[in-house]
Amino acid sequence: MKQQFPDTHHDVSSTTIFGFWVYLMTDAVMFATFFATYVVLQGGTFGGPGIRDIVHLPFVLTETLLLLASSFTCGIAMLGVPKRETTKVIFWFFVTFVLGLIFLGMEFFEFNRLTADGHNWQTSAFLSAYFTLIGTHGLHIVAGLFFLPFFLAQLWRCGFSAAILRRLTCFRIYWQFIYLIWIFTFTIVYLIGVK
Amino acid sequence: MFFQHIKVRLAAIEYSDIFGRLTLEAFKHDAIEASVGISIIFGSIILVAVLTYYKLWTWLWTEWLTSVDHKKIGVMYLVVTVLMLFKGVVDALMMRAQQVLSVGDSFGYLTSSHYQQLFTAHGTTMIFFVAMGAVAALMNIIVPLQIGARDVAFPFLNNLSFWLFAVGASLLMVSLMIGEFSGAGWVGYPPLSGLEYNPGVGIDYWIWSLQISGIGSLLTGINFLVTIFKMRCPGMTLMKMPLFVWSVFNSVILIVFAFPILTATLAMLSLDRLLGMHFFTSDFGGSAMMYVNLIWAWGHPEVYILILPAFGVFSEVVATFSEKRLFGYVSMVWALISITILSFLVWLHHFFTMGAGPNVNTFFGFMTMIIAVPTGVKVFNWLFTMYKGKVHLTNPILWFLGFVFIFTIGGMTGVLMGVAPVDFQVHGSLFLIAHFHSMVVGGVLFGLIAGYVYWFPKIFGFKLNEKLGEYAWFCWMFGFLLTALPLYALGLMGATRRMDHYEASTGWAPLFVVAAIGAIIIFCGIGFQVLQLLVSFKERNKNRDLTGDPWNGRTLEWTTSSPPPVYNFAFIPEVKDRDAFWDQKQTGIPLHGEYKEIHMPKNTPLGFYIGVLSFTFSFGLIWYMMWLAAISFVGIVVCILLRLFDQHTDFYISAAEVKKIEEQTLKNKRFV
Amino acid sequence: MEPHELKDEPPQAVEYGTFKSYLIGFLVSVILVLGAYFITVTHLLSGLALDIGVSFMAVAQALVQLVLFFNLTREPKPRWNLVIFVFMVLIVLILVVGSIWIMHHLNYNMMLR
Repeated sequence: MKQQFPDTHHDVSSTTIFGFWVYLMTDAVMFATFFATYVVLQGGTFGGPGIRDIVHLPFVLTETLLLLASSFTCGIAMLGVPKRETTKVIFWFFVTFVLGLIFLGMEFFEFNRLTADGHNWQTSAFLSAYFTLIGTHGLHIVAGLFFLPFFLAQLWRCGFSAAILRRLTCFRIYWQFIYLIWIFTFTIVYLIGVK
Repeated sequence: MFFQHIKVRLAAIEYSDIFGRLTLEAFKHDAIEASVGISIIFGSIILVAVLTYYKLWTWLWTEWLTSVDHKKIGVMYLVVTVLMLFKGVVDALMMRAQQVLSVGDSFGYLTSSHYQQLFTAHGTTMIFFVAMGAVAALMNIIVPLQIGARDVAFPFLNNLSFWLFAVGASLLMVSLMIGEFSGAGWVGYPPLSGLEYNPGVGIDYWIWSLQISGIGSLLTGINFLVTIFKMRCPGMTLMKMPLFVWSVFNSVILIVFAFPILTATLAMLSLDRLLGMHFFTSDFGGSAMMYVNLIWAWGHPEVYILILPAFGVFSEVVATFSEKRLFGYVSMVWALISITILSFLVWLHHFFTMGAGPNVNTFFGFMTMIIAVPTGVKVFNWLFTMYKGKVHLTNPILWFLGFVFIFTIGGMTGVLMGVAPVDFQVHGSLFLIAHFHSMVVGGVLFGLIAGYVYWFPKIFGFKLNEKLGEYAWFCWMFGFLLTALPLYALGLMGATRRMDHYEASTGWAPLFVVAAIGAIIIFCGIGFQVLQLLVSFKERNKNRDLTGDPWNGRTLEWTTSSPPPVYNFAFIPEVKDRDAFWDQKQTGIPLHGEYKEIHMPKNTPLGFYIGVLSFTFSFGLIWYMMWLAAISFVGIVVCILLRLFDQHTDFYISAAEVKKIEEQTLKNKRFV
Repeated sequence: MEPHELKDEPPQAVEYGTFKSYLIGFLVSVILVLGAYFITVTHLLSGLALDIGVSFMAVAQALVQLVLFFNLTREPKPRWNLVIFVFMVLIVLILVVGSIWIMHHLNYNMMLR
């Protein structure tokens, strides 16, 4: 093992962001548990509908592209930081917010449609797993959308402090991480499921 | 539409708007349960009275409950751990008594339902609130000191972790008085733990107790992982860290990657129970076996989370009391890392008999046997350290020797059960019980007690009475052997676990009597430990550790005073070699320049408030008081926002004050 | 009054990325998303080939973003973020593949479906 020299002038930023990254790794393992359960239980339809019966692929494609776009705009927003371009930063985070909100709206619409058709999470193990996996991802989006306005308000009122930058950086990697999870949801649940 | 659906589901259960399903029935208990509840209430009243009489509330609040100091948080963990140890041991004694009395025509003094809650509570308490608590206590107090840091990476999260742990323990204790606890075992397999077979509150108490304290553990894991990576003092490369820090490092890697599995699995079980989902039901396409698979994918790393810090303690203790450098440092590190990785590859050995078949069973059996190898390497290295060393037979070394004997026996039976055909004979029998108790008592508990005795002077400033410690050890050692060896025999004879009655014709009764005697001797051992604490406190002025280095130690924590100042080190140490303090003693203690002011984090009540709100949130969900759960959740979010927007979270200790504290300490130290 | 041990500096530049890295990452991701979608709906591949192809594209997209959005390879030594990430992937694979393997055997032997 090579000599590892410790980061002794531990600036609070690098420690916090590193800690947040570790938290995201734990989140990934949690999602992996839901994924594993979904894969194992997707056949447990109890005679009811399977994934093929409930999914509209073009709808899901739109959701995916929207979330991908918001992941991109989120990165763009942070590019305004080195030159302290407050308006640019806030604008692109606002776009990220709107895209995320539309994504959420679409998921909500889909959940409503399913329950209205009588396919709810009590119908079968498959549907329990489906609603929980997609729902947990959705709750992560909700959490992100909840905290973002507070961070932006702080930026607006107090300007670019080290603390606010820390938070926005954590938000960015959180938001882009949520999309990474979605890549696997899109592929495993929808594309492979529907073939 | 979608939200209406949730309401419809909950409406299927009988509950009122304000009190949910909480009725006066919940407070009715049989004589034994009632007496326990009354003692708890009584004890709490006495505690409140004492605090009020001596006007200690402000002190308690400002010095302890809101503290973000890792040393104080560690002590608080220790206090809760000791209380829960008492509860867990009482559970055990009650079970031993039942198994002595409940033979043939007699059915003992406990109902089956009560017995089931006992073994469930015993396991849950011991694993989550005694072992995890003691590990958290030692980690908290010692790791920052050993790496030459002033605190952990995230002091506020540290405080929060403690409160989540305490809330988990509180939920378990409250279940004794309001409602009931789970009777489905400490791992709670469905469908027994599902809504159909256990619609009551017991399982829900169990779920939330674990879920809340589990989040606390996860936060601790993240905290210490970042601390060890980022906050080591200059010169302390990874390969110069003390072995205890290495063991904690591996333990927290396990926490970080295993606990999310528990979080998700418990969440799915509670979704089954609360919202009528079908993850683990026996119908509607669910799979109870998937629960067993997932819970053990977490459960196996969990037991390694507990044992690795105990191994770390032994590495410190054996080296210090042999006055010799630890043998084979590098192989010890690699052994820890191998154990960590391998512990993610063995989990199926907990359910060989569930029917995955020979291919799967063979793979996991093979991996189970391999994991014994690095463990063996460690045991040999400790023994080689003692060989030709100047061995002092102090109390911690006694615990180590006891560990070698008991843990080796237990470990060998573990490898034996790793052979699937053998496991088919003894799975779920008392042989299994004896095996894992050998590991957790002989391994985890003995290690943590050794750490407690070893580091006690550092934490509290005075040594523990040696004689009483020896009596305690003797009782634990022989009490444990007396209680476990009969259980190995009984298991081979066919006695199953969780058994509240058996036929006289089995001939098992005498062995159960021997086991009960062993348990009583262990209880005497605990009595000696309590006595030791009281006597040592009374004689503390005679046993004061004035130098900070009572054992001629080798690592950095012994360079500080006992107890250390709030900032740990006036000057961050610079390290050149392993056993940094020992190295300094040989080559000369470095001199320092002017004292500087020190940046410290402020105390905060938010961890406590979030803890309380987590309690009310869980209580609300358990009893279907949804308004309470909703308000609590909002409260937690508000607390998080308050913390995020608090700009005054730290302060400075002036250079003059540092100078005052340090000069007082230097007067007492040996090497000036 | 400057603190000596804790430096409250803003995050390092490598955390921000560049416009180029985000644009390329975004465009490649769009291509991979659309590609996987069209392979599925037009049945260009089917059965196991589809599973593998589409998974491969998912992994590729994730890697592209890890490099171009998260700047994981531009981290200065020691690369702890990368090490922890790789370890996480290892654990996830063990958990998911292991669970599927185990449950497949259990379901077959215990005749659940």
